[in-house]
Amino acid sequence: MQEKFDQLKQMAKDELLSVFSTKNLFELKTKYVGKNGEITALLRGMKDVPASERANFGKMVNDLKVEVSEMFNQKEIELKEKELAEKFESESVDVTLPGKINKNGSLHPLNLVKNKILDAFCGMGFEVFEGPEIDTDYYCFQALNIPKDHPARDMQDTFYITDNVLLRPHTSPGQVRTMEKKAPPIKILSPGRVYRADDDASHSPMFHQIEGLVVDKGVSLCDLKGLLDEFVRIMFDEDTKTRFRPSYFPFTEPSVEVDVTCCKCHGKGCSLCKGTGWIEILGAGVVNKKVLEMSGIDSNVYSGLAFGMGIERITMIKYGISDIRTLFENNVKFLKQFNRR
Amino acid sequence: MKAPLSWLKDYVDIDCTAEQLKDKLFSCGFEVEDMVYVAKHIDKIVTCKILSIEKHPNADKLSVTQVDAGQYGKLQIITAATNIFVGAIVPVALDGATLANGERIFNGQLRGLPSCGMFCSGEELGITDDWYEGASVHGILIFKEEYELGVSVKEILELEDVMFDINVTANRPDCQSILGLAREVAGVLDKKLKMPDLSYAISNDLSTVKTVKVSDNAFDLCPRYMAHYVKDVKIEPSPLWLKRRLASMGIRSINNVVDITNFVLLEIGQPMHAFDLSTLNGSEIIIRRANQGEKIITLDEKEFELNSENLVICDAQKPVALAGVMGGLNSGINDSTQNIVFESAKFARDNIRKTSKQLGQRTDASSRYEKGVDYYSVEVGLKRALNLIDKLNCGTIACDNYDLTCEEIKEKEIITTISKVNAVLGINVPAETIKDILTRLSFGVEINGDNLKVIVPLYREDMDSYPDIAEEIIREYGYDHIEPSLLKTSAITNGGLNDEQNKTEQLKNLMVGYGFNEMINYSFVSEKEYDLFGFDKNSDRHKFIKLLNPLGEDLAVMRTSLLPSAVRAVCYNINRKNNEGRLFELAKVYNPKSLPLTELPVENEFLSFVVFGENEDFFTAKGVIEGILDNFCNGADVEFIRSDKKFLHPKRSADIIVNGKNIGFVGQIHPSIIEKLDVDKAIYGAEIDYSALKLSFNDKIMFKPISKYPTIERDLAVVVDKDVECGKIIKTIKDLGGEYLDSVSLFDIYQGEQVGAGKKSMAFNLVFVSYDKTLNVEEIDAVIDGILHGLTTEVGAELR
Repeated sequence: MQEKFDQLKQMAKDELLSVFSTKNLFELKTKYVGKNGEITALLRGMKDVPASERANFGKMVNDLKVEVSEMFNQKEIELKEKELAEKFESESVDVTLPGKINKNGSLHPLNLVKNKILDAFCGMGFEVFEGPEIDTDYYCFQALNIPKDHPARDMQDTFYITDNVLLRPHTSPGQVRTMEKKAPPIKILSPGRVYRADDDASHSPMFHQIEGLVVDKGVSLCDLKGLLDEFVRIMFDEDTKTRFRPSYFPFTEPSVEVDVTCCKCHGKGCSLCKGTGWIEILGAGVVNKKVLEMSGIDSNVYSGLAFGMGIERITMIKYGISDIRTLFENNVKFLKQFNRR
Repeated sequence: MKAPLSWLKDYVDIDCTAEQLKDKLFSCGFEVEDMVYVAKHIDKIVTCKILSIEKHPNADKLSVTQVDAGQYGKLQIITAATNIFVGAIVPVALDGATLANGERIFNGQLRGLPSCGMFCSGEELGITDDWYEGASVHGILIFKEEYELGVSVKEILELEDVMFDINVTANRPDCQSILGLAREVAGVLDKKLKMPDLSYAISNDLSTVKTVKVSDNAFDLCPRYMAHYVKDVKIEPSPLWLKRRLASMGIRSINNVVDITNFVLLEIGQPMHAFDLSTLNGSEIIIRRANQGEKIITLDEKEFELNSENLVICDAQKPVALAGVMGGLNSGINDSTQNIVFESAKFARDNIRKTSKQLGQRTDASSRYEKGVDYYSVEVGLKRALNLIDKLNCGTIACDNYDLTCEEIKEKEIITTISKVNAVLGINVPAETIKDILTRLSFGVEINGDNLKVIVPLYREDMDSYPDIAEEIIREYGYDHIEPSLLKTSAITNGGLNDEQNKTEQLKNLMVGYGFNEMINYSFVSEKEYDLFGFDKNSDRHKFIKLLNPLGEDLAVMRTSLLPSAVRAVCYNINRKNNEGRLFELAKVYNPKSLPLTELPVENEFLSFVVFGENEDFFTAKGVIEGILDNFCNGADVEFIRSDKKFLHPKRSADIIVNGKNIGFVGQIHPSIIEKLDVDKAIYGAEIDYSALKLSFNDKIMFKPISKYPTIERDLAVVVDKDVECGKIIKTIKDLGGEYLDSVSLFDIYQGEQVGAGKKSMAFNLVFVSYDKTLNVEEIDAVIDGILHGLTTEVGAELR
């Protein structure tokens, strides 16, 4: 009997040697230890075993079954590992191949800059108001203290549609329209397209400005300085400083040009700032009291601050663009460069 | 405004360097845009005396000269000049010298003989006859005086100077003169201004001018007119100092009287005119508006036809000058002129600008008048002209004069308080400092406690009120005194974008997410674009606004559609081998309410996009629209119907209907348009009236419970005629799908042999679900039967 058991065990062992897949192993398992397997069949022969030996016989069969099953299990682990490794090998990818995604596009650099400017001031309580691009002589000039005979009109080469209707040469009419509609406290930004009859590497007949206006009690030049200092820190970097210098705009008095420390050389002097260490970025001032009064605001109670900047200029400085026309060619190769958040 | 440092020094003791002065001027609002060291290049050019001249042995046209150059010794110079002679004192450029234009001179050999330099002409020294008589001759400059030898010509010709070019802002016309700038220099350096000499001796003679009159209806154009008679004028060349002053400013000397008027314009900023009295009919001067159609020939022999908006100076019969622009040919002075009348006037700047523009006649005088001339300079200018007549001893000055004004001329007083001025600045400038600054700037100042009274000189017409005073203070006190503060006294406001503005930004970001690059195109296009795209003559797209003064044909009309510029942008890219891309623009179009414009046009925001490249087709474009609607117009009723737009492919284009309103289109741009733009690729585009789309915006989200019960899915494949639209089938399925039909979606479409010619097979996935029970299969089978039956009758479908 023992001999037969050993024989069976040896057979299973031998057969196991030629098993190379879990499928074959399963077949072998069935053959020996399955419901109708050869070892299981031995148990069925129990009835022929004399009663006195049955217990012993049963134990021996069981031991055999456990032993063989263990053998199979061991093999199964080996095979599974091997098969998984093969599967992985067959599924191998080149991790350096490009990923698949519908690439996102980009906002126009002028709008990236515009959004950044808006963000900076919105955080300081400014709202956004966009006025019409086609406006009247009154809103573009007269209400801004630029009467018909004013030499400041030479500062703008304006596109006209009729004697009285024109393409706004600046976003300043936004000031007037806001003050007409809204009572102080006013803190608004007025961004948008503006137009002047000029076309070369640094001038475009259409360009973008942002006008800012504050009207409230007791605002002064110091507040203008504070607001703009904060703005340039957000727009450029923490170390950026502003410098005011006297200038002239009909709608502000006093008027200043605002320079910032050159973002490239940080004030040491370079080609961008023409060696001065400063870059002019905007015009500003205390709102001319005539402008407040024309818009129906009592200049004895309220005072105002206004500033205006060209988005193109800041964009060109920020991204190192030298020809303004690049901004309006809409070359995909150009636009794609601005897809970073 | 150009200003030589040497001239400014006539009026102010400038004890700082030119660089320092530049910085000072910058700080007080007068930016020096350019600063040129005149004659800075000239180096190693000295006087020498010609000792001998011999013919060059090897060249017919050259001479060999020996010269004495003082400390530089005796030198041999070879020259081609023919106007030299033994004993002449001439400028010689030594070895290593630099000429006015920067050219260098070195020792060399000329036809075998050494030459130790070069004689110089006036031109090589950068001067003309006006600077030194004889400097303009063709040949070498021969000095008139016995100068010491070996001395730098820079010194003896007084060539060195610093020329400032100062940016004068439009509010300061009073600084469009040397004297005006000198006043600012004196103010900023805290020096006394030395006024030019305005005194002159008068004769006992009275003016022989009979009348000087400003017509009643012309005072608005001529608020002050002064005239002064000078007799027995000797027209002569001007003295050297006067010629040199003019030459330094690039003005050629003509004769003493003309030079005086030019000098006064530069120095005082007052345009002057001199009439030859003998040419004035009736010895009358009448300032009036021109008659309609009246003509005048100006000094430069141009004839102009005038109207009542032009101001003229007339004698008893005819116009003799176009006021503020140019004198008439009939009244100008010449070498035989004996008696003259000087005119010094203030003309309205807008009127001179208009006249000058209308007639296309711009002169030094008109440019000056356009900027604004004040009451003060009218008088000072005339006095200075008479002073110069006296000084040059070239005429007899009458004892009387004419001074016509329509209003009393007096200095403005600004009454305000120190606290008001300081409130503008936000700092406390001490009263003493305020007084000091204003005094330095020639204002009269009275301070009494907080009260401040400022008397404004006549030439400061820009000064009106306390903010103007604040500006004067701070530009002198220094902007570095301004301490930043953040609206300490202001109310808190809630900043940020409003809902609508936020939505627009979100839409743009959605487009970016869909792979689009944002374009910015000009708001104006060529009128030809409208023909190219064949916009319907009756549609809003064809009613466009034209500019009166466009930069060119291509930028002449305001856009009514964004599509043409978008298509152009694609062509631009394709021509540069950018073979695929997605571009969008959200911008305004301009629709007139009527033409010509009687009120401001409607500015509507449009969204336009274009896609091009291998992977793009009608559906990639349409998908973008669906994506937008899905994101922004929750629950809107959306329909795409075949479009009949002429600029679109007739079979690949659709109008977009949202909640019953046509809001735009999507489709392939008509190939014949693209062909005309020399491109042979398909371009798909869309345009949406964003303002109209906004009306269907809906971002309300209401949670819908998810059914606990299982769904039942069925796939239906039907064969229909090729032309049957998917939309129609889906609509039929939905109509017949009953209350449990949750969704219908197309998942396959097939055309080919297996379904027969002219047919297509479409496969739909239907999902049924109930929220309150488990659906039974029989129930759904019955619904499917109904749908199939319906599809057969509605669209002739067969089940596959």
